[in-house]
Amino acid sequence: MTGVLPVTLGDATKVVQALLYSGKEYVCVMKLHGDVKIEQVKKVLGEFQDNIYQRPPLRASVKRQLRMRRIYYLDFLEADGRKVLFRVGCEGGTYIRKLCFDVGEVLGSGAHMQELRRTRAGPFVEAGSTTLHDAAYSFMKWQEEKDERLLKGFIQPMERALGLLPKIYVRDSAVDALCHGATLTAPGIVSLDGSVKTGSVAAILTLKHEGIALSRATANAEQILDMKHGVVAKTERVLMPRGTYPKLWKGGKKQHEQEG
Amino acid sequence: MPRTAAPWEIKPELLIKTEDATNPSFGCKPEERSAENLVKYGVINLDKPAGPSSHEVAAWVKRILKQEHVGHGGTLEATG
Repeated sequence: MTGVLPVTLGDATKVVQALLYSGKEYVCVMKLHGDVKIEQVKKVLGEFQDNIYQRPPLRASVKRQLRMRRIYYLDFLEADGRKVLFRVGCEGGTYIRKLCFDVGEVLGSGAHMQELRRTRAGPFVEAGSTTLHDAAYSFMKWQEEKDERLLKGFIQPMERALGLLPKIYVRDSAVDALCHGATLTAPGIVSLDGSVKTGSVAAILTLKHEGIALSRATANAEQILDMKHGVVAKTERVLMPRGTYPKLWKGGKKQHEQEG
Repeated sequence: MPRTAAPWEIKPELLIKTEDATNPSFGCKPEERSAENLVKYGVINLDKPAGPSSHEVAAWVKRILKQEHVGHGGTLEATG
């Protein structure tokens, strides 16, 4: 199994959660266990382009309870005898091996997954991926020859991992409080994506587009736009180190005096 | 069911609540980060080789890039 595997370094590991839940795209070779007309295969694949139910396989790292996953698209690419090539765009946590098995059940012939390549993990696509060898070489070039050109080409800022999340941009004055885990309130907000939704994860960014925190929104984008005060998002994972921006929030000074 | 737009096929609309400027003395635009800071707060879009598990590949990256912590976004299941 090959393909796009985003690896986070150091403190960027905190954004991994955002990647796990993000959508994926795969190209898959499915092997049918009997002869089936191509038209029939296409029809059944089309039926799986929907919300589907899956129970995680025996060998899985999550609780084995029935769960629903969205298949955004499932495109038949070509067939060669009993081998069927397709591309699938799906929600994070969809098991493609399971999908193949289930397609085989509906076809009546039975089927299994023969080959799989991930072509997208959230915002990361196949076209921009690096091999482990190139990564090692670029790192060596930087460490030993202080040549950082190659390194900068393959290590991307962690903010790239937030690419598909709804985003909220905040004032400089709100940043340090958020770094201390404070909830985000309306006056701190400058702009936001229309896709921000109550109960969903939203990334909080500075006006320089640096990641501050992952949060859970407590209001929809349109509501937030009209709010003068009140909580807008609860901070779940702080990404930025404290003190990157100056401490301008109430209570900060008091705490400082106590320390003194 | 007809094809639905995947999250990467949707461009969200940016809603402006107010105008404000950011002080250039603090922080740094992600694309202007130094190599040192990129290594500290970076992501590698790795093309995983066939064979080793996602965990093993992450562990190699950790060793090769001399990292204390690495994480990976979604296990690519092993051939069964």
